Amino acid sequence: MCVVELCHAFFIYTLAMKHLNTIYFSLAITAASLASTGYAQSAGTAKASAAKPAAVSAAPAAAQKLVLAQSSVGFVSRQMGVPVEGKFKRFDVQSNFDPKKPEASKVSLAIDLTSADIGNAETEGELKKPGWFDSAKRPQASFVSSAIKLVGAGKFEIDGQLTIKGNTQRVLVPLSVTQSGDTTLASGAFQIKRIDFKIGDGEWNDVSIVANEVQVNFKLTLTGVPKL
Amino acid sequence: MKPTQYTTTAIGLHWLLALLIVGSLGMGWYMVDLPMSVQRLKLFNWHKWAGITILVLSAARLLWRLSHPAPALPSTMPAWQRTASHVSHGMMYVLFFAIPLVGWAYSSAAGFSIVWFGVIPLPDWVPRSRELAELLKPWHGWLAYALAAVVAVHVAAALKHHWIDKDQVMARMLPWLRSHVRG
Repeated sequence: MCVVELCHAFFIYTLAMKHLNTIYFSLAITAASLASTGYAQSAGTAKASAAKPAAVSAAPAAAQKLVLAQSSVGFVSRQMGVPVEGKFKRFDVQSNFDPKKPEASKVSLAIDLTSADIGNAETEGELKKPGWFDSAKRPQASFVSSAIKLVGAGKFEIDGQLTIKGNTQRVLVPLSVTQSGDTTLASGAFQIKRIDFKIGDGEWNDVSIVANEVQVNFKLTLTGVPKL
Repeated sequence: MKPTQYTTTAIGLHWLLALLIVGSLGMGWYMVDLPMSVQRLKLFNWHKWAGITILVLSAARLLWRLSHPAPALPSTMPAWQRTASHVSHGMMYVLFFAIPLVGWAYSSAAGFSIVWFGVIPLPDWVPRSRELAELLKPWHGWLAYALAAVVAVHVAAALKHHWIDKDQVMARMLPWLRSHVRG
Protein backbone atom coordinates (compact mmCIF):
# COMPACT_ATOMS: atom_id res chain seq x y z
CA MET A 1 0.00 0.00 0.00
CA CYS A 2 1.16 3.48 -0.66
CA VAL A 3 0.82 4.47 2.99
CA VAL A 4 3.25 1.76 3.96
CA GLU A 5 5.61 2.84 1.25
CA LEU A 6 5.46 6.40 2.43
CA CYS A 7 6.26 5.30 5.97
CA HIS A 8 9.16 3.34 4.62
CA ALA A 9 10.41 6.34 2.68
CA PHE A 10 10.14 8.49 5.77
CA PHE A 11 12.02 5.93 7.79
CA ILE A 12 14.91 5.96 5.35
CA TYR A 13 14.72 9.71 5.28
CA THR A 14 14.92 9.86 9.09
CA LEU A 15 18.05 7.76 9.04
CA ALA A 16 19.54 10.09 6.47
CA MET A 17 18.65 13.13 8.54
CA LYS A 18 20.22 11.60 11.64
CA HIS A 19 23.36 11.06 9.67
CA LEU A 20 23.34 14.66 8.52
CA ASN A 21 22.80 15.80 12.08
CA THR A 22 25.89 13.93 13.15
CA ILE A 23 27.89 15.72 10.52
CA TYR A 24 26.35 18.99 11.46
CA PHE A 25 27.11 18.50 15.13
CA SER A 26 30.69 17.58 14.53
CA LEU A 27 31.01 20.78 12.53
CA ALA A 28 29.32 22.72 15.27
CA ILE A 29 31.66 21.21 17.81
CA THR A 30 34.64 22.26 15.76
CA ALA A 31 33.16 25.72 15.60
CA ALA A 32 32.43 25.81 19.27
CA SER A 33 35.88 24.91 20.41
CA LEU A 34 36.91 28.34 19.23
CA ALA A 35 34.19 30.25 20.91
CA SER A 36 35.44 30.29 24.40
CA THR A 37 38.30 32.60 23.69
CA GLY A 38 36.73 35.13 25.75
CA TYR A 39 37.49 38.37 27.28
CA ALA A 40 38.84 38.24 30.79
CA GLN A 41 36.52 39.90 33.15
CA SER A 42 35.24 38.96 36.54
CA ALA A 43 31.57 38.32 37.11
CA GLY A 44 31.52 41.47 39.21
CA THR A 45 32.86 43.56 36.38
CA ALA A 46 30.40 41.92 34.06
CA LYS A 47 27.56 43.09 36.21
CA ALA A 48 28.96 46.59 36.54
CA SER A 49 29.22 47.06 32.80
CA ALA A 50 25.95 45.29 32.21
CA ALA A 51 24.30 48.28 30.58
CA LYS A 52 26.82 48.29 27.77
CA PRO A 53 27.90 44.71 27.35
CA ALA A 54 29.83 45.34 24.21
CA ALA A 55 31.94 47.98 25.90
CA VAL A 56 34.64 45.84 27.35
CA SER A 57 36.80 47.56 29.92
CA ALA A 58 40.15 48.50 28.44
CA ALA A 59 42.57 45.92 29.71
CA PRO A 60 46.18 44.93 29.14
CA ALA A 61 45.18 42.79 26.19
CA ALA A 62 43.88 45.70 24.15
CA ALA A 63 46.19 44.60 21.34
CA GLN A 64 43.98 41.58 20.66
CA LYS A 65 40.71 42.59 19.09
CA LEU A 66 37.54 40.86 18.06
CA VAL A 67 36.34 41.28 14.47
CA LEU A 68 32.62 41.19 15.25
CA ALA A 69 31.51 41.02 11.61
CA GLN A 70 33.41 37.76 11.14
CA SER A 71 32.42 36.25 14.45
CA SER A 72 29.39 34.51 15.84
CA VAL A 73 28.10 33.25 19.14
CA GLY A 74 25.01 31.09 18.91
CA PHE A 75 23.03 28.45 20.67
CA VAL A 76 20.72 25.58 19.83
CA SER A 77 17.95 24.56 22.18
CA ARG A 78 15.36 21.85 21.64
CA GLN A 79 11.62 22.38 22.00
CA MET A 80 9.64 19.16 21.72
CA GLY A 81 12.42 17.73 19.62
CA VAL A 82 12.72 20.80 17.41
CA PRO A 83 16.18 22.37 17.31
CA VAL A 84 15.76 26.12 17.63
CA GLU A 85 18.80 28.13 16.68
CA GLY A 86 19.61 31.53 18.02
CA LYS A 87 22.52 33.88 17.83
CA PHE A 88 23.74 36.96 19.62
CA LYS A 89 24.30 40.09 17.64
CA ARG A 90 26.44 41.83 20.23
CA PHE A 91 29.29 40.34 22.18
CA ASP A 92 32.90 41.17 22.82
CA VAL A 93 36.08 39.42 23.66
CA GLN A 94 38.88 40.49 25.86
CA SER A 95 41.84 38.36 25.16
CA ASN A 96 45.42 38.02 26.25
CA PHE A 97 45.99 34.77 24.46
CA ASP A 98 49.38 33.45 23.56
CA PRO A 99 49.08 30.01 21.91
CA LYS A 100 52.65 29.29 22.96
CA LYS A 101 51.92 30.09 26.59
CA PRO A 102 48.35 28.96 27.11
CA GLU A 103 48.79 28.64 30.89
CA ALA A 104 49.68 32.31 31.10
CA SER A 105 46.80 33.34 28.82
CA LYS A 106 43.50 34.76 29.87
CA VAL A 107 40.40 35.21 27.78
CA SER A 108 36.90 36.33 28.43
CA LEU A 109 33.71 36.85 26.50
CA ALA A 110 30.82 39.17 27.29
CA ILE A 111 27.47 38.62 25.60
CA ASP A 112 24.64 41.09 25.38
CA LEU A 113 21.62 38.87 26.05
CA THR A 114 19.26 41.56 24.78
CA SER A 115 20.79 41.03 21.34
CA ALA A 116 19.51 37.46 21.02
CA ASP A 117 18.15 36.76 17.54
CA ILE A 118 15.94 33.68 17.22
CA GLY A 119 14.35 34.64 13.94
CA ASN A 120 10.93 35.69 15.18
CA ALA A 121 9.75 38.52 17.37
CA GLU A 122 7.34 36.43 19.43
CA THR A 123 9.98 34.08 20.82
CA GLU A 124 12.44 36.91 21.29
CA GLY A 125 9.86 38.78 23.37
CA GLU A 126 9.35 35.66 25.46
CA LEU A 127 13.08 35.14 25.90
CA LYS A 128 13.50 38.59 27.48
CA LYS A 129 11.09 37.73 30.28
CA PRO A 130 12.31 37.15 33.85
CA GLY A 131 11.75 33.38 33.61
CA TRP A 132 14.13 33.12 30.67
CA PHE A 133 17.03 35.56 30.16
CA ASP A 134 15.61 38.37 32.32
CA SER A 135 17.66 40.51 30.00
CA ALA A 136 16.23 43.85 31.10
CA LYS A 137 17.61 43.25 34.57
CA ARG A 138 20.68 41.18 33.70
CA PRO A 139 21.59 41.94 30.12
CA GLN A 140 25.06 40.51 30.24
CA ALA A 141 26.34 36.96 30.26
CA SER A 142 30.03 36.35 30.63
CA PHE A 143 32.61 33.66 30.30
CA VAL A 144 35.94 34.06 32.06
CA SER A 145 38.80 31.62 31.68
CA SER A 146 40.55 30.31 34.75
CA ALA A 147 42.98 27.95 33.02
CA ILE A 148 43.88 27.25 29.41
CA LYS A 149 45.86 24.24 28.30
CA LEU A 150 47.14 22.90 25.01
CA VAL A 151 45.61 19.54 24.13
CA GLY A 152 46.79 19.07 20.52
CA ALA A 153 47.97 20.96 17.47
CA GLY A 154 45.86 24.11 17.46
CA LYS A 155 43.57 22.57 20.08
CA PHE A 156 43.11 23.97 23.53
CA GLU A 157 40.85 23.42 26.45
CA ILE A 158 39.61 26.34 28.46
CA ASP A 159 38.44 25.80 31.97
CA GLY A 160 36.31 28.75 32.91
CA GLN A 161 33.31 30.24 34.61
CA LEU A 162 30.14 30.99 32.68
CA THR A 163 27.76 33.45 34.29
CA ILE A 164 24.19 33.93 33.06
CA LYS A 165 21.50 35.71 35.09
CA GLY A 166 23.94 35.91 37.99
CA ASN A 167 24.34 32.12 38.09
CA THR A 168 27.89 30.94 37.63
CA GLN A 169 28.88 27.46 36.51
CA ARG A 170 32.21 25.94 35.63
CA VAL A 171 32.45 24.91 31.98
CA LEU A 172 35.14 23.16 29.97
CA VAL A 173 35.36 24.62 26.52
CA PRO A 174 37.21 22.94 23.66
CA LEU A 175 38.92 25.47 21.44
CA SER A 176 40.27 25.09 17.91
CA VAL A 177 42.57 27.77 16.67
CA THR A 178 43.57 28.43 13.09
CA GLN A 179 45.46 31.39 11.74
CA SER A 180 45.76 33.04 8.39
CA GLY A 181 47.69 36.23 7.88
CA ASP A 182 47.21 38.32 10.98
CA THR A 183 43.79 36.99 11.86
CA THR A 184 43.10 34.13 14.22
CA LEU A 185 39.94 32.09 14.11
CA ALA A 186 38.99 30.52 17.41
CA SER A 187 35.97 28.26 17.40
CA GLY A 188 34.25 25.61 19.41
CA ALA A 189 31.04 24.31 20.92
CA PHE A 190 30.01 23.06 24.29
CA GLN A 191 26.88 22.08 26.07
CA ILE A 192 25.31 23.72 29.08
CA LYS A 193 22.28 22.82 31.12
CA ARG A 194 19.80 25.68 31.12
CA ILE A 195 18.33 24.76 34.51
CA ASP A 196 21.77 25.33 36.10
CA PHE A 197 21.41 28.96 35.06
CA LYS A 198 17.72 29.18 35.93
CA ILE A 199 16.86 29.80 32.28
CA GLY A 200 13.21 28.86 31.81
CA ASP A 201 11.61 28.55 35.21
CA GLY A 202 8.07 27.94 36.39
CA GLU A 203 6.23 25.60 34.04
CA TRP A 204 9.17 25.77 31.62
CA ASN A 205 11.23 23.78 34.11
CA ASP A 206 9.84 20.74 32.34
CA VAL A 207 12.87 19.50 30.40
CA SER A 208 10.71 17.06 28.44
CA ILE A 209 9.25 20.10 26.67
CA VAL A 210 12.31 22.32 26.41
CA ALA A 211 15.46 20.22 26.73
CA ASN A 212 17.82 21.02 29.56
CA GLU A 213 20.82 20.70 27.24
CA VAL A 214 21.64 23.76 25.21
CA GLN A 215 24.45 23.74 22.72
CA VAL A 216 26.55 26.88 22.61
CA ASN A 217 28.72 27.44 19.56
CA PHE A 218 31.12 30.19 18.77
CA LYS A 219 33.42 31.38 16.04
CA LEU A 220 35.58 34.29 16.97
CA THR A 221 37.85 36.14 14.62
CA LEU A 222 40.62 37.97 16.41
CA THR A 223 43.49 40.16 15.40
CA GLY A 224 46.72 40.60 17.31
CA VAL A 225 47.05 37.05 18.58
CA PRO A 226 50.66 35.72 18.56
CA LYS A 227 51.47 32.91 16.13
CA LEU A 228 50.63 29.33 17.00
CA MET B 1 -18.67 2.44 -16.04
CA LYS B 2 -18.41 4.25 -12.76
CA PRO B 3 -18.76 2.20 -9.60
CA THR B 4 -21.85 2.64 -7.47
CA GLN B 5 -19.99 2.82 -4.20
CA TYR B 6 -16.84 4.23 -2.67
CA THR B 7 -14.24 1.66 -1.63
CA THR B 8 -13.80 0.99 2.08
CA THR B 9 -10.35 2.60 1.82
CA ALA B 10 -11.84 5.78 0.34
CA ILE B 11 -14.50 5.92 3.07
CA GLY B 12 -11.89 5.29 5.79
CA LEU B 13 -9.58 8.01 4.44
CA HIS B 14 -12.50 10.44 4.11
CA TRP B 15 -13.51 10.13 7.76
CA LEU B 16 -9.99 9.95 9.14
CA LEU B 17 -9.09 13.12 7.24
CA ALA B 18 -12.38 14.77 8.16
CA LEU B 19 -11.52 14.23 11.82
CA LEU B 20 -7.93 15.45 11.43
CA ILE B 21 -8.91 18.47 9.33
CA VAL B 22 -11.78 19.67 11.49
CA GLY B 23 -9.62 19.06 14.57
CA SER B 24 -6.70 21.00 13.11
CA LEU B 25 -8.91 23.88 12.01
CA GLY B 26 -10.36 24.15 15.51
CA MET B 27 -6.98 23.76 17.15
CA GLY B 28 -5.43 26.40 14.92
CA TRP B 29 -8.26 28.81 15.53
CA TYR B 30 -7.99 28.31 19.30
CA MET B 31 -4.24 28.33 19.71
CA VAL B 32 -3.13 31.35 17.71
CA ASP B 33 -4.14 33.92 20.27
CA LEU B 34 -2.98 32.04 23.35
CA PRO B 35 -0.23 33.69 25.37
CA MET B 36 3.10 31.86 25.38
CA SER B 37 2.93 28.79 27.59
CA VAL B 38 3.86 25.12 27.61
CA GLN B 39 0.27 24.38 26.54
CA ARG B 40 0.57 26.71 23.57
CA LEU B 41 3.87 25.17 22.53
CA LYS B 42 2.33 21.69 22.75
CA LEU B 43 -0.73 22.72 20.72
CA PHE B 44 1.44 24.31 18.03
CA ASN B 45 3.53 21.17 17.73
CA TRP B 46 0.50 18.86 17.70
CA HIS B 47 -1.07 21.11 15.07
CA LYS B 48 2.06 20.80 12.91
CA TRP B 49 2.18 17.03 13.37
CA ALA B 50 -1.50 16.79 12.42
CA GLY B 51 -0.87 19.06 9.41
CA ILE B 52 1.94 16.89 8.07
CA THR B 53 -0.21 13.80 8.69
CA ILE B 54 -3.00 15.44 6.67
CA LEU B 55 -0.53 16.20 3.89
CA VAL B 56 0.72 12.60 3.75
CA LEU B 57 -2.73 11.04 3.99
CA SER B 58 -4.07 13.46 1.37
CA ALA B 59 -1.32 12.36 -1.00
CA ALA B 60 -2.26 8.73 -0.38
CA ARG B 61 -5.92 9.62 -0.79
CA LEU B 62 -5.34 11.47 -4.06
CA LEU B 63 -3.42 8.50 -5.48
CA TRP B 64 -6.21 6.20 -4.35
CA ARG B 65 -8.83 8.47 -5.85
CA LEU B 66 -7.00 8.65 -9.18
CA SER B 67 -6.91 4.87 -9.38
CA HIS B 68 -10.41 4.29 -7.96
CA PRO B 69 -13.00 6.65 -9.52
CA ALA B 70 -15.77 8.08 -7.38
CA PRO B 71 -19.27 6.67 -7.88
CA ALA B 72 -21.51 8.50 -10.34
CA LEU B 73 -23.77 11.31 -9.09
CA PRO B 74 -27.54 10.72 -9.35
CA SER B 75 -28.84 11.41 -12.85
CA THR B 76 -31.52 13.63 -11.31
CA MET B 77 -28.94 16.22 -10.20
CA PRO B 78 -29.05 19.52 -12.17
CA ALA B 79 -25.93 20.40 -14.16
CA TRP B 80 -25.06 23.39 -11.98
CA GLN B 81 -25.04 21.17 -8.90
CA ARG B 82 -22.73 18.70 -10.59
CA THR B 83 -20.40 21.53 -11.52
CA ALA B 84 -20.58 22.94 -8.00
CA SER B 85 -19.79 19.51 -6.60
CA HIS B 86 -16.76 19.06 -8.85
CA VAL B 87 -15.47 22.57 -8.18
CA SER B 88 -15.85 22.29 -4.41
CA HIS B 89 -14.19 18.87 -4.30
CA GLY B 90 -11.37 20.20 -6.47
CA MET B 91 -10.95 23.18 -4.15
CA MET B 92 -10.84 20.94 -1.10
CA TYR B 93 -8.14 18.75 -2.63
CA VAL B 94 -6.06 21.81 -3.54
CA LEU B 95 -6.45 23.15 0.00
CA PHE B 96 -5.59 19.79 1.62
CA PHE B 97 -2.13 20.28 0.12
CA ALA B 98 -1.83 24.06 0.09
CA ILE B 99 -2.66 24.66 3.77
CA PRO B 100 -0.16 22.19 5.28
CA LEU B 101 2.51 23.22 2.77
CA VAL B 102 2.09 26.93 3.54
CA GLY B 103 2.03 26.14 7.28
CA TRP B 104 5.18 24.06 6.95
CA ALA B 105 6.89 26.84 4.99
CA TYR B 106 5.80 29.42 7.55
CA SER B 107 7.16 27.30 10.39
CA SER B 108 10.50 26.90 8.63
CA ALA B 109 10.70 30.59 7.74
CA ALA B 110 10.03 31.47 11.38
CA GLY B 111 12.97 29.34 12.48
CA PHE B 112 11.07 26.29 13.71
CA SER B 113 11.74 23.22 11.65
CA ILE B 114 9.10 20.54 11.97
CA VAL B 115 9.99 17.32 13.74
CA TRP B 116 7.06 15.03 12.91
CA PHE B 117 5.73 13.47 16.11
CA GLY B 118 8.87 14.78 17.78
CA VAL B 119 10.83 12.03 16.02
CA ILE B 120 11.17 12.63 12.28
CA PRO B 121 12.94 15.87 11.35
CA LEU B 122 11.51 17.33 8.16
CA PRO B 123 13.60 19.50 5.86
CA ASP B 124 13.05 23.23 5.58
CA TRP B 125 12.11 23.82 1.97
CA VAL B 126 12.12 27.60 2.31
CA PRO B 127 14.88 29.71 3.82
CA ARG B 128 14.66 31.06 7.33
CA SER B 129 13.50 34.63 6.91
CA ARG B 130 11.43 37.02 8.97
CA GLU B 131 10.03 38.71 5.86
CA LEU B 132 8.97 35.43 4.31
CA ALA B 133 7.43 34.29 7.60
CA GLU B 134 5.36 37.48 7.83
CA LEU B 135 4.28 37.05 4.22
CA LEU B 136 3.20 33.42 4.68
CA LYS B 137 1.58 33.69 8.10
CA PRO B 138 -1.72 35.30 7.03
CA TRP B 139 -2.03 32.98 4.02
CA HIS B 140 -2.04 29.89 6.20
CA GLY B 141 -5.00 31.40 8.07
CA TRP B 142 -6.85 32.70 5.00
CA LEU B 143 -6.59 29.37 3.21
CA ALA B 144 -7.77 27.59 6.36
CA TYR B 145 -10.83 29.87 6.54
CA ALA B 146 -11.46 29.15 2.86
CA LEU B 147 -11.32 25.42 3.57
CA ALA B 148 -13.65 25.80 6.55
CA ALA B 149 -16.11 27.61 4.27
CA VAL B 150 -15.94 24.94 1.53
CA VAL B 151 -16.28 22.18 4.15
CA ALA B 152 -19.38 23.93 5.51
CA VAL B 153 -20.87 24.00 2.00
CA HIS B 154 -19.85 20.35 1.52
CA VAL B 155 -21.58 19.27 4.75
CA ALA B 156 -24.66 21.40 3.98
CA ALA B 157 -24.91 19.90 0.48
CA ALA B 158 -24.56 16.36 1.85
CA LEU B 159 -27.34 16.99 4.38
CA LYS B 160 -29.49 18.52 1.66
CA HIS B 161 -29.03 15.39 -0.45
CA HIS B 162 -30.02 13.23 2.49
CA TRP B 163 -32.92 15.17 3.94
CA ILE B 164 -34.34 17.17 1.07
CA ASP B 165 -33.43 15.26 -2.10
CA LYS B 166 -33.62 11.97 -0.19
CA ASP B 167 -31.02 10.42 -2.49
CA GLN B 168 -28.06 8.15 -1.82
CA VAL B 169 -25.32 10.78 -2.15
CA MET B 170 -24.58 11.19 1.58
CA ALA B 171 -25.13 7.50 2.23
CA ARG B 172 -22.22 6.72 -0.11
CA MET B 173 -19.90 7.94 2.61
CA LEU B 174 -22.03 6.59 5.48
CA PRO B 175 -22.66 2.95 4.55
CA TRP B 176 -24.81 2.34 7.64
CA LEU B 177 -27.29 4.92 6.30
CA ARG B 178 -27.91 2.99 3.10
CA SER B 179 -30.48 0.55 4.33
CA HIS B 180 -32.40 3.35 6.05
CA VAL B 181 -32.74 5.41 2.94
CA ARG B 182 -33.27 2.70 0.41
CA GLY B 183 -36.81 2.19 -0.80
